[in-house]
Amino acid sequence: MTAIAFLALLCVSILGYLLNRQAATRLRANGTRLHSVPGYHGLYALLSTIVPVAVLVVFWLMLQGPLIDRFTMSGLPAGSLDEVDAGGRQLVLTEIKSIARGRIFGNPEAWKVDAADRYVWMHAVAGWMLLGIVTVASLGIVGFARSCVAADFRARHGVERITSGLMLFCSTIAIFTTLGIIAALLFESIRFFERVPITEFLFGLNWEPQIPLREDQIAAEGAFGWIPVFLGTLVITVVALFLAVPVGLLSAIYLNEFAPSRLRAVAKPVLEILAGVPTVVYGFFAILVVAPAIRSFGATLGIPVSPNTALAAGSVMGIMLIPFISSFTDDALSAVPKSLRDGALALGATRAETVLNVLFPAAIPGIVGGILLAISRAIGETMIVVMAAGLIASLTINPLDSVTTVTVQIVTLLIGDTSFDNPKTLAAFALGMMLFIVTLAINVFALRIVRKYREAYE
Amino acid sequence: MADVTAGSDPNPKTGSTGDVVRASLARRNRKQTILQVLGLGAISFAFLMLFILIASLVSTGYQAFTQTHITLEVFIDPEEVPLERLPRGGFDDVLDASLAAMLEGVDPNDRATMRALGNLLSNGAQFKLRDRVVEDPDLVGQTVTIAVPVSDPYDQLNKGLIDRETPEQYRRLKDFEIAWFDQLTASDAISEPLNIGLISNPDSRFPELAGLKGALIGSFWALLVCFLISFPLGIGAAIYLEEFAPKNKFSDFVEVNINNLAAVPSVVFGLLALAVFIGWFGLPRSAPFVGGMTLALMTMPTIIIATRAALKAVPPSIREAALGVGASKHQVVFGHVLPLAMPGILTGTIIGLAQALGETAPLLLIGMNAFITSAPSGPFDSATALPTQIFIWADSPERGFVSRTSAAILVLLGFLITMNAVSIFLRNKFERSW
Repeated sequence: MTAIAFLALLCVSILGYLLNRQAATRLRANGTRLHSVPGYHGLYALLSTIVPVAVLVVFWLMLQGPLIDRFTMSGLPAGSLDEVDAGGRQLVLTEIKSIARGRIFGNPEAWKVDAADRYVWMHAVAGWMLLGIVTVASLGIVGFARSCVAADFRARHGVERITSGLMLFCSTIAIFTTLGIIAALLFESIRFFERVPITEFLFGLNWEPQIPLREDQIAAEGAFGWIPVFLGTLVITVVALFLAVPVGLLSAIYLNEFAPSRLRAVAKPVLEILAGVPTVVYGFFAILVVAPAIRSFGATLGIPVSPNTALAAGSVMGIMLIPFISSFTDDALSAVPKSLRDGALALGATRAETVLNVLFPAAIPGIVGGILLAISRAIGETMIVVMAAGLIASLTINPLDSVTTVTVQIVTLLIGDTSFDNPKTLAAFALGMMLFIVTLAINVFALRIVRKYREAYE
Repeated sequence: MADVTAGSDPNPKTGSTGDVVRASLARRNRKQTILQVLGLGAISFAFLMLFILIASLVSTGYQAFTQTHITLEVFIDPEEVPLERLPRGGFDDVLDASLAAMLEGVDPNDRATMRALGNLLSNGAQFKLRDRVVEDPDLVGQTVTIAVPVSDPYDQLNKGLIDRETPEQYRRLKDFEIAWFDQLTASDAISEPLNIGLISNPDSRFPELAGLKGALIGSFWALLVCFLISFPLGIGAAIYLEEFAPKNKFSDFVEVNINNLAAVPSVVFGLLALAVFIGWFGLPRSAPFVGGMTLALMTMPTIIIATRAALKAVPPSIREAALGVGASKHQVVFGHVLPLAMPGILTGTIIGLAQALGETAPLLLIGMNAFITSAPSGPFDSATALPTQIFIWADSPERGFVSRTSAAILVLLGFLITMNAVSIFLRNKFERSW
């Protein structure tokens, strides 16, 4: 029904376009001088119909579901929900909905079947109402727009106002997204901190998010201290940087200063491929090749290596970051003014000396910015660690041990059907908020460094 | 010049700058060589890693592109498959009986042997036969020739992944099972055709039946939704910011927001989608529609940045000429600048969509990693996507899924390479340098 409503809206507004254009054309044929060409009169009708009605439909659809749910629940016969708590109500509603969809398990009570019938009926009524409202409203606007067609009507200005408004709206989406992220994380985190004190979360040294299945279960509480989780993230990040920073820096310097142009023509696309490989592929690479290789290498040296060693996840993440760091270094080196390089070479410095003693110090801010962005990428990287790192949080900085990371915990806590009022689910949002804050801080700092440095040489 | 300078100093004094330089030159050049060698080493390391990555995927994945089949002469016994009970019936018994008839020394009445024999065929074999019989009920009572997939262990045996030298107790197939298979191979019943099921089957618990159909369709819907949302919104925002926005605090704020969004970890977008789209708006879990909306939010910064660069690249002379003949600011942008910038915008959009296709973490959080054995019929059905399917298979314990995972990755990389090639083609064909 929603699709039909949208189709009706589209048809009516196209009708409006044609009507208005034709009317304007006829006016012009009669010798009247129009302010706007007929096409703009048509577009005016089209846009002024489609935009407000589409907004109306979207709001309607957002309200329709929750409202019908509420009516369904309030229309249940008195007494049927007496001994049911909030979670139970949710279950009843879910059952009614699945009966409404024709998926009946066992023998549901008669009142549930009735409620399901009413649920279906209300959805049908809502659908017809929506269709009716859309048709009436759009026809009304089209009629109004038709009456506007006149020689001195400024249809082009109207169209331009509407498109300007639409574009302004588009550019606010980014703000809404940021606000949405902050609101979602904050809301759920606050609900989490109502159950677990914030000091325990921030300073606790234990992370054991097991939740009791029964009231009387031993070791029921679960511990939510994020320090070991964050420490694990840092261990993997450090491993990744140990690989990525030297390799990325050296390859960028080599490509920028020494490589023959033919090698450069090959190497740049290869690095781009490395950057374009999806992280889930890197994760599989880590468990298929790198982790077994590290383990067997450790075995030949007689060092015990955990199967989910941080070294595997970290080094694969390092490979992922090589092109990242290399391209930032490349940009920073090329942004150094040519006069500095020429000056150094003219004084008789070798090219290596020019790079190391002149260009590199001048490019340091850009490079540091790039490395900071790489750190933030590594902290927020998910799939590699979900597949290759461990699940158990332990307070260790030994990269041969198995560690877990913030992102791994977020994913494992949220995979599967868990309800929203469970501390386990909410803990994921608290971790997400910490992740957001840390990466945001690093990003803002890094972007500022990069920008300041660019301005200095422009 | 150089000669003159050198000649003007016929008697270089000892300890002059020239001597110091000459003495240190070898050391300085050595330093340069070391730097060059290190740089070459770093580049080679990156090359090597990419090579190992691709090689390991290809070497494990190519085997999933074929699937071992067995051709059976099946007598459809009306006692096992009575016409009136179709589509039900003992199709597996019929298949096992025909298999037993092909092998020497198999007693059809020995239940333990028959059970072991039944494991030779894939669990999907009976359904393949059933579909054939349901389609043409006249086959009941006749003998049909049908090629059905064998189960995963025998598939691995045929592809040489099970070592016959391994002691029997550590092997997945016992000696007598291998003997059966060798007998069947000798009688030419075994074939290894191209594995169409990898693309045309939905997911399954059994590696030999599992395919990517559901994931491909799920990814298609998600990408379509992502494109339909992010492309117009991204272009609109970019045009506004580049052409119309006044220089004020609000424009700066929008810009800072876009730059930050581009660097927010993808898993955070998953949290946003879970809390807002699923929790507050009540949209269905595991739906490609929700996945597409999430990916759209992540792709939008990429499209905005690419569009702004493309708009900037259109020379001012075009704008001035259009303004000069009396076009309004909107007419200049929509009639002249935007069409000229379109190739660049499309290139950026395709690259953004390619990134979205490989994105996994946010889709995991909205439940697109569910086990779903039917392909979705619309954007609101539960589905998986290509990268989440890879994740599911990589997590599966069955040996057969290792090569399936690699094969699925190769399929994904194939799509990514195609998309990037298209964007490069567009750039080369249509982009003009002014």
